Amino acid sequence: MSTTDGVLAAGVPEFTTPAAATATIAAPKHRWGVFWRYLLLSVVALIVLFPIYMTVVNSLVETDEFSKKFFPTDPQWHTYSDAWTNGHVGNYLKNSFIVTFIIVIGQLITATLAAYAFAFLDFPFKRTLFIVFLATLMIPFEITIITNLQTVSESGWINDVFGVTLYDTYAGLAIPFLATGFGAFLLRQAFLGVPRDLQDAASLDGYGHLRFMARVVVPLARPTLAALAVFSFLSAWNQYLWPLLVTRDDRLRTVQIGLKQLRNTNLQDFNVTFAGAILAIIPLAVLLLVFQKQLVRGLTAGAVKG
Amino acid sequence: MTATLDASERPAEIDKPVNTRRRRKLREAGLGYSLLVPALIIFGIFIFYPFIKNFILATHQVPPFPGLPEKNVGLDQFGDVLGSRDFLDSLWITVLFALMTVPTGIALGLGLAILAHQKLKGIAIFRTIFSSTVATSVAVASVMFYTLFNPNIGLLKSISPTPPFLENPGWALIAIAIVTIWQNLGLSFILMSAGLQAIPDELVEAAQVDGAGPWSRFRNVTLPLLSPTVFFAVVVGTIFAFQTFGQIDILTEGGPLGKTKVLTYAIYEALRQPPPNPGKAAVLAIALFAITLVLTMFQMRFLERRVHYQR
Repeated sequence: MSTTDGVLAAGVPEFTTPAAATATIAAPKHRWGVFWRYLLLSVVALIVLFPIYMTVVNSLVETDEFSKKFFPTDPQWHTYSDAWTNGHVGNYLKNSFIVTFIIVIGQLITATLAAYAFAFLDFPFKRTLFIVFLATLMIPFEITIITNLQTVSESGWINDVFGVTLYDTYAGLAIPFLATGFGAFLLRQAFLGVPRDLQDAASLDGYGHLRFMARVVVPLARPTLAALAVFSFLSAWNQYLWPLLVTRDDRLRTVQIGLKQLRNTNLQDFNVTFAGAILAIIPLAVLLLVFQKQLVRGLTAGAVKG
Repeated sequence: MTATLDASERPAEIDKPVNTRRRRKLREAGLGYSLLVPALIIFGIFIFYPFIKNFILATHQVPPFPGLPEKNVGLDQFGDVLGSRDFLDSLWITVLFALMTVPTGIALGLGLAILAHQKLKGIAIFRTIFSSTVATSVAVASVMFYTLFNPNIGLLKSISPTPPFLENPGWALIAIAIVTIWQNLGLSFILMSAGLQAIPDELVEAAQVDGAGPWSRFRNVTLPLLSPTVFFAVVVGTIFAFQTFGQIDILTEGGPLGKTKVLTYAIYEALRQPPPNPGKAAVLAIALFAITLVLTMFQMRFLERRVHYQR
């Protein structure tokens, strides 16, 4: 609804009472109409939720009761503690959180700094450098993995120069993703919306660029920063290929790879694997519920506004 | 760019000597570069360097025995890999997978979005449910559906073909597509919803006043206005489909009989199966890049035109 408001404010100023008009026209005329609408919505909602529901059920029943019980009459809660400790899901989740946290913070910082330079500063080759940032969006991650894997390995140049191997470390999982061309682009758009007068006022008050960025620009761009943070969280949390390639030590594996491991080691006890899957959903489910608006903004940033 | 203020435009600085103004400009440029440096270092090391290196790798063949120097074979390796039956099979499987997942995914997402685009009490709950699969990752969805497809204990065991879904050359890719469509449903719904909400209600109502029925309103008003969103979803969805990996790794590992070996999995296999063949992986990655690039260019041109049209 807020999106509609934005569009209305921007493009269609003549109609001043859209809410009232919609209410009378769009509302169903009969009570039965309302009933059918709710029924249809509910049926579809059940279909969408069904796989998740069955996973919850299957995580709580004995393995031989799969597909026979659709409600856990005798819930086996121990599957969750089995998955958490014996299945190492607790540890996998911890790893995912650490890596995701580093990536989100890193991306927010590098993107904010770069976006500020692009939006508020003037320097030679600015346009070229901006195109360099955008070019990163064109390069799929798959084309970089072969060399990146070499770079972080024991025989890679990082080890030669700095004497540290990033393979099987949190650093190796996170460092390649500490910068984002998409984020810099998104934030630059938001920063360009900051009124120029504010910059003049701030400079009259003796604010330097860094203080102006921290005290004025960043607070004003908070909604976009939040959207970027949620978007970064989601993509970092869901990474699969890189964590699979760059870790061999089970103690460092993220939850996505851990789930595969859990499935392979519990081929008989599926319920434990399902408990693990549910445990892996919970962080994102909470994120989705709390930051729904930011999530939608982040995911649709490129689509609707163009 | 119009975005930045030229120092000379600031009234307070008119009286200052040229010398100071130039120093100020230099300092501004210095600050600008230092703010870009952190991101540029990461991009340089982990995106641009490996990107360029990949083309060098692609022209070098791995020696048959470790320890021997790598052989520069020029473009021969491109011909060998891209002309091989394996590559053409992988490409075809990937295209087929995109055709199975992208249109269906968008249509279902649009259906959900239309369903949720009503002014009803409690509609927010349904919206949350419809977007709920965003909370599942590829790995979670794969593990969930793994049992569903299981021939002994899965819910679909009564209709399970022999060999069962994930081991059946005719079914495995379809099974993977189903998992993928479900997992992306939430994202598709969110995109289509945002697109629908951006359409001014007045336009649809005007058509209603003019006597257009529900189908005609959808066909002649909503759908054309939604086309940029749909187009975006098609392009991004296709790029996503070409990068599919996790569900294959968890559910089929490219099998049965290589029937689910999409391009990304072929790259992974070239890297991970002994003996590793980085040269082959590099050529495959370039093919993937070329396809993605064409799609992105296509999208950018279209978006540009759209922006001009609107303003």
